[in-house]
Amino acid sequence: MRRGQGWLRAIPPAALALGCVLPFLLSNFRLFQFTQVGIYAIALLGLNILTGYNGQISLGHGAFYALGAYTTAIMIDKWNVPYGWTIPVAGLVCLAVGFLFGIPALRLEGLYLALATFALALAVPQILKYFEYWTGGSQGIVLSKPEPPLGLGLSPDQWLYFVTLGVLVVLFVLGANLLRGRTGRAIVAIRDNPIAAQAMGVNSALYKSLTFGVSAAYTGVAGALSALAIAFVAPDAFNVFLSITFLVGIVIGGLASISGAIFGALFIQFVPNWAQEISKAAPWAMYGIFLIVFMYVMPRGIAGSLWLAWTRLARVGRTGRAG
Amino acid sequence: MEIFVQQVVSGLATGGIYGSVALALVMIYQATDVVNFAQGEMAMFSTYLAWSMLNAGVPYWAAFFATLAVAFVGGLAIERVVIRPVENAPVLTIVIVCIGLLVILNSVAGWLYSYIQKPFPSPFPAKPFKIGDIFFGAHDLGALGVTLLVLVVLYVFFRYTTLGLAMRAAAQNPVSSRLCGIRVGWMLALGWGFAALVGAVAGMMIAPIVFLDPNMMSGILIYAFASATLGGFTSPGGAVLGGLIVGVTENLVGTYVRFIGTELKLTVALAMILIVLLVRPSGLFGRVAVHRV
Repeated sequence: MRRGQGWLRAIPPAALALGCVLPFLLSNFRLFQFTQVGIYAIALLGLNILTGYNGQISLGHGAFYALGAYTTAIMIDKWNVPYGWTIPVAGLVCLAVGFLFGIPALRLEGLYLALATFALALAVPQILKYFEYWTGGSQGIVLSKPEPPLGLGLSPDQWLYFVTLGVLVVLFVLGANLLRGRTGRAIVAIRDNPIAAQAMGVNSALYKSLTFGVSAAYTGVAGALSALAIAFVAPDAFNVFLSITFLVGIVIGGLASISGAIFGALFIQFVPNWAQEISKAAPWAMYGIFLIVFMYVMPRGIAGSLWLAWTRLARVGRTGRAG
Repeated sequence: MEIFVQQVVSGLATGGIYGSVALALVMIYQATDVVNFAQGEMAMFSTYLAWSMLNAGVPYWAAFFATLAVAFVGGLAIERVVIRPVENAPVLTIVIVCIGLLVILNSVAGWLYSYIQKPFPSPFPAKPFKIGDIFFGAHDLGALGVTLLVLVVLYVFFRYTTLGLAMRAAAQNPVSSRLCGIRVGWMLALGWGFAALVGAVAGMMIAPIVFLDPNMMSGILIYAFASATLGGFTSPGGAVLGGLIVGVTENLVGTYVRFIGTELKLTVALAMILIVLLVRPSGLFGRVAVHRV
């Protein structure tokens, strides 16, 4: 291991510690925003596994976010299922649907997959409105915020934050392990050179559809959490711009990077709010400019650039000491 | 029967518009292997420019042609400034840049003109035509006529002029064309210019039907994608025919299939795209892409 990496290993626990302290320092509104950051981070990690690591472009991940959110909302609204159970179910439903969508996606390469998923993103609100009995039509479904368990002394916002943080940590550890091992290498190999990967014995079709499923499951869990956090779901929240927001998140945070999901989530949560003060249209104009500029000058996003800066600094430090 | 014929005719009219947006997509795809996700927003933006001119009192056809000129130059400029740096980048990069362009155009239009729907005038009389027992909307027929006219002009341009020939050559075999002295980079830029121009025509023809607002093209873009996929992304004629088929299908399905109606229109387009891509990925008239590995 190169010198200097020991420091880097301390960053995730430090970030987690900071995450645990936050709810006792911030106002409820700020805390809600950080809950959103956690939710977005999970969704972005899901999209990044598919697009960043596996190279399958999805412009329609808002659809899986919506599916997760509606699974939770319908289970609570129609069958009174305790909210804790709805999160894994939402994940499993999205895993299955994502896997099934991944099968036709096998035959769609690059641009065509982008096209099909873009069409999916555009069609989502209409589909949600159509099944009015289940989804409540354009009125949506109103939920109540989950109550914190008695005896912990937490406010509902704080409790929701910790639930999100817990899910986030579990999913990030799982994701990091998945991507580090044999499976992860297969996923990346398919992106870099599908033919060579197959020649090495990687079952490309199976891995690609599985990756689609896992990615959809992550995004679905995020959607489920968002339904709980906002306590409301409505079709127009899941329009094509939601899917584009996710794309912006992974591009800015860093394609094919796990920490990039966090940076991307912070970006899509906070930067538009600041830009909103200029004009209603400003956040989107800025998203567009960021997308294009990042592709030109920082194609590996914030995470990639930080890593580059770190390795350069480490090298300068070493040569400095040596000389 | 009358309803059927009317639906077919108005389907042909909107289908012609889908076809022309699809044609613009195919032109760019053939020249640069890029599917331009911003095509719809480029058309929407041109239509807003036309609206501004009309609002300032410019006569319709003067505004029409001025818009075409501006759209052409704008398309050219976008290729030169935004697309050229990523010309040889991976697909993902190009898709992301196009999406960036889409949101910029969409939000700038919203910023300048607000998100409130605006009526857009039609150059054709409001009174419907009566042929036999059946009424036809004048705008429907006019839009169809304008679309077909654009097609004929483009066909003549690409088939019988030196510049058109050079553009086709640059798209088909850039290396050899460069050796013959064709400036390939500029030919690609011209391709974007013409695509923007065709898009502007489509925008001005559809705006009287759907009203003008920054999101007006999102539905049309997905239909244009469906048309281009159906006709084949490598076949300009196929894209237009695909558009007509999609337009008529949309209208007939909306009228006669009760559970779909108008509420699931976009889903029908999504299903069409998926089915075509799965059953016959090259479309009805497209060439099968062969990759050397």
